[in-house]
Amino acid sequence: MELIFEKSVSGRTGVRVPLSDVPKAASLPEAVRRQEPVRLPEVGELDLVRHYTNLSRRNFSVDTNFYPLGSCTMKYNTKVTENAGGLFASCHPMLALLPGGDSLVQGPLSIVYELERQLAEITGMEEVTTQPLAGAHGEMTGIMVIAAYHKARGDEKRKYVIVPDSSHGTNPASAAMAGYEIVTVPTAPYGDMDLDLFRQAMNDEVAAVMLTCPNTLGLFNPHIAEICAIAHQGGALTYYDGANLNAILGKVRPGDVGFDVIHVNLHKTFGTPHGGGGPGSGPIGVRGDLVRFLPTPRVVRRVDGSYAVEDHPEGIGRVSDFFGNFAIMARAYAYITMLGREGLIEVSEQAVLNANYIMARLKEEYELPFDQTCMHECVFSASRQVQNGVHAIDVAKYLIDRGFHPPTVYFPLNVKEAIMIEPTETESKQTMDAFIEVMLEAAQLAKEDPERLHEAPVTTPVGRLDETRAARMQQVCCE
Amino acid sequence: MGYCPNTPDDIRDMLAAIGAASVEELFAPIPAELRAKSFNLPPGMSELELLRLMREKAASCGADITPFIGGGIYDHFIPAAVDHLASRAEFYTAYTPYQPECAQGTLQALYEYQTTICRLTGMEASNASLYDGGTAVAEAALMSLRITDRHKVILDGSVNPLHRGIVTGYLHGLSAQAVHVAPDGCASDLARLMSSIDDETAAVIVQSPNFFGSVQDFRELAQKAHDHEALLIVSCYPIAMGLVASPGEMGADIAVGEGQSLGNHLSFGGPYFGFIATRKRFIRNLPGRIVGETIDHQGRRGFVLTLQAREQHIKRHKATSNICSNQSLCALRGLIFCASLGRKGFEELAQLNYDKAQYAKSVLAAVRGVDLLNSGATFNEFTLVLPKDAAEVVQRLLDKGMAAGVPLGQYYPGMERALVVTVTEKRTKDEIDRLAALLEEVLWS
Ligand SMILES: Cc1ncc(COP(=O)(O)O)c(C=O)c1O
Repeated sequence: MELIFEKSVSGRTGVRVPLSDVPKAASLPEAVRRQEPVRLPEVGELDLVRHYTNLSRRNFSVDTNFYPLGSCTMKYNTKVTENAGGLFASCHPMLALLPGGDSLVQGPLSIVYELERQLAEITGMEEVTTQPLAGAHGEMTGIMVIAAYHKARGDEKRKYVIVPDSSHGTNPASAAMAGYEIVTVPTAPYGDMDLDLFRQAMNDEVAAVMLTCPNTLGLFNPHIAEICAIAHQGGALTYYDGANLNAILGKVRPGDVGFDVIHVNLHKTFGTPHGGGGPGSGPIGVRGDLVRFLPTPRVVRRVDGSYAVEDHPEGIGRVSDFFGNFAIMARAYAYITMLGREGLIEVSEQAVLNANYIMARLKEEYELPFDQTCMHECVFSASRQVQNGVHAIDVAKYLIDRGFHPPTVYFPLNVKEAIMIEPTETESKQTMDAFIEVMLEAAQLAKEDPERLHEAPVTTPVGRLDETRAARMQQVCCE
Repeated sequence: MGYCPNTPDDIRDMLAAIGAASVEELFAPIPAELRAKSFNLPPGMSELELLRLMREKAASCGADITPFIGGGIYDHFIPAAVDHLASRAEFYTAYTPYQPECAQGTLQALYEYQTTICRLTGMEASNASLYDGGTAVAEAALMSLRITDRHKVILDGSVNPLHRGIVTGYLHGLSAQAVHVAPDGCASDLARLMSSIDDETAAVIVQSPNFFGSVQDFRELAQKAHDHEALLIVSCYPIAMGLVASPGEMGADIAVGEGQSLGNHLSFGGPYFGFIATRKRFIRNLPGRIVGETIDHQGRRGFVLTLQAREQHIKRHKATSNICSNQSLCALRGLIFCASLGRKGFEELAQLNYDKAQYAKSVLAAVRGVDLLNSGATFNEFTLVLPKDAAEVVQRLLDKGMAAGVPLGQYYPGMERALVVTVTEKRTKDEIDRLAALLEEVLWS
């Protein structure tokens, strides 16, 4: 399809700019005036609407296709929460920071406050901040809080953060951005971070250990309490990557287990859409004695029941401009409120049931490196198919031809040829059966006609794309 | 309740296939002592009740206040097509385009977005968005440390104080040094900025228009930075790019900014997006996702995520940034906004903002006892000095339905009587005249 710039016709105008009701001003001085024209496309509104409508049709999405992208919790995004999130479109955030302004924005402030309370109860933490704008941003904020804690105790020697090799890439990257060096602990044959190696890695220079639970293999780590105890004995704090919280809603609260900091992804567990890559929202929760290090400002409830914005002087400062991705938070607040206690428990139960169902139906044909009850997702390996020259990517591309968004492939890194399937609770048995049939078909083709898989996809607007060429050409905008 | 479609029969069949007696049995891997001690949430509600509750909350969000406030976030008009197109579920219920063949919609749109950002800022390579304006400035600072292998960043005091707070936090963790240079009145103190640059300096960070609304020429500053092999980072307000010299024209090496004003609703603070763009030679140092053009085996043009070896999922702790999910949908809104207006409309819009602000400047500075603090040119914001404490005046005007501006005292000690006023194309002459009349009233009666 042509680019919008290629559809541009000189002199064509789009939307009309409001008319002026003031005199034209003297022009800006030459030295600060723009010289080159703003080369934006010149298209009419209908052309524009067709262009982006037709572009949208070149996407797979949750509303059009089953999208079992592991680790991403691509559940259905309810329409009523979309509507709820849009109700605050005209509310200027600066109002809340003006003297006396908080009294004008009690509605949105109450949502920030109540969502923080809901998330605190769900995770078992003392307090929550909604400021971080995505999961990775939450991780970084959480590690900055941990750094502030050690510093306040005068414990400045701690310079390492421990992560398991199965952790998401954001974990080590976030800890590094907060100034730490990374120690990676391998996975044991039982599928979790190797406890003995972890014990050996612990010492009084370790600031924190970051765990994902259920881990990125979709397995619940039964040793998490022990890991917390070992870390705490060594004076380190424990960080819980809550990206996979969907599996344990109402079942486990990381705060009860002894974790010090957690982030949750509202765009995964709490039903907010993924936006083609974002926006998300990554609130963090902390236990009692870390509350004072949370970023500024805080939304508090006064004794008279009204809400106010307060500075948080001992905190790590600000990590984003205002109160976080508010319209996303409002959707999550609406989601939690609508589902309620029983609804959220149903979410984790059905998510786990669906994942185990897919795992049971596919394990005859696909290698299951860790054959045990999984939580919200299951991780296979295409290692058997590789013997016929078929890789995880080939299975993925075949799924596209059959109308399914592929699972996550080649992650986690500690499983070769990983195929990570997360159906989520909002899919029906019938949809999953159709997916399973195609996965089995792909396994069959791998044995009988591997070429079919190598050629896929053939039904899409473009076939497999030359990524090496893209990296070499570095053509990232049109001339 | 949880939008779970399976019937009791489905569940029974699935359990049979798994070989489990109950759903509870699937949670057996969780030791009993780790089970939740509490899950104290109220029962759920229906759509109707939910919307009632949410509407009640939305009723108290300052909708009847006329905003003359900015501070990085602006009340601009949004063409109807932006909401309609960005509401297509094929866009908003997709995720990161890891599988390009079934994500060409998102990928091509992001490529067009990157092109738009390059053209607005006068740069050569943009990524596919960052979280927001503040984190974009911080990421640019980190990028300059990587490029120059130095540890000192000079931060101009007329950069948005909220953004400076974020930058300081990001630099602190890495033990990099931030040197703050106080502004000279409403302008960057160019002489002091220039004399602060030395061979240890990674970058100088300035903003245009700055927090006081002033626009300045940074060409000499760029030259001085480059003489020391340091970078110039310019944070800019995209709407101003229709009229004001772009970072590229002024010699910047990295352009960043808050993208909200391009078609994103105010929404009490987000979601918005941050943008970052640079010279082609620094492309490998950019943070976050980048979309590149390529071809398929039949030679057809297509788009993919490219240069991923900079990113966390490959490089882990050596990545250029930890960012994973970004603000794609907001960037898409920005793109559609720009394309809706087009070249001419965008320039007209910028001119209109400027004209309205110049008009407001003249009537407000004519109010008894009120002075204009900016000595040079401004775009759609300017700073007034009032004869009284600005915070008090703002509070009294709020009672009269006017958000008159952002009082500077809380950000710049000693500037308690200063007020930054913002005038977008949405403010009418009547509203501006009314603000002047109310200001006179609050000051003098
Ligand atoms: C396990 C895990 N941790 C962290 C993240 C990072 O979250 P985000 O993409 O919101 O930054 C992800 C998501 O991609 C994840 O799957």
